[in-house]
Amino acid sequence: MQISHFGVAVLYALFASIVLGICFKTTTREMVRYGIYSFAMFVGGLIAAGWAMWLLRH
Amino acid sequence: MANSSKSVEQAAPLPSSMSVIAPAVGWLVPGAGHLVQKRYGRGLLLMASIVSMYMIGIAMQGHVYTPNGGDLLDILSFLGDACAGGLYIISRALDWNPGLITKATADYGSKFIVVAGLLNFISAVDAYHIAIGKKQ
Repeated sequence: MQISHFGVAVLYALFASIVLGICFKTTTREMVRYGIYSFAMFVGGLIAAGWAMWLLRH
Repeated sequence: MANSSKSVEQAAPLPSSMSVIAPAVGWLVPGAGHLVQKRYGRGLLLMASIVSMYMIGIAMQGHVYTPNGGDLLDILSFLGDACAGGLYIISRALDWNPGLITKATADYGSKFIVVAGLLNFISAVDAYHIAIGKKQ
C-alpha cells in the first residue's frame, strides 16, 4: 500500500480522533464535538508544522 | 468504631465480573469490551478505527516488534504493539513482519501499529470505566 505523507497523517488523525472522542467524553454530543475538535487540531497542527518547516528551509 | 468500619466494608460495592471481563475482552478484540456491555455503536466504531489503523500499518510494511528488541525504543514499541491484543497475536502467529522493506512509508506503518495498540489500551480502560459505572 502506497499512501502520500499527507494522506497517512489525515488517516492517523481520523482514527485517533474517533477513539479519543469516544473514550474521553460521556455523552454522544460531547463525543462528536471532541472528535471533530481533535481531528481539526491534528490536521491544523500538521499544516502549521509543515509551514514552519518550509519557513525554516527558506 | 468496630461497627463503623464494618458498615464501611458492607457499603463498598463488590466488583462485578464484567469489570474483569470487559477490559480483557476489549484488549483481546478491539471494541469488544464495549460490545459485551451493549454499547454497540461505540464498540463498532472503536473496532473499525483500531483494526483499520493496525491493518493499514501492516499493509504499509510496518514493523511488528518482538520482546527481545534490545534497544529501549524497540522495547517501548513492543509494549505499544502488544496492547493491540489479538491483532498482535495474529500478526506474530502469521508472521506479518516484512522481510525486506521496499517502501518509504514503512516507518509510518510501524507507528500506525504502535498507536493502534495504544488506542486499544485506551479503549479497554474505557470499557472498564463503563463496567464499574464510572461512565455510562
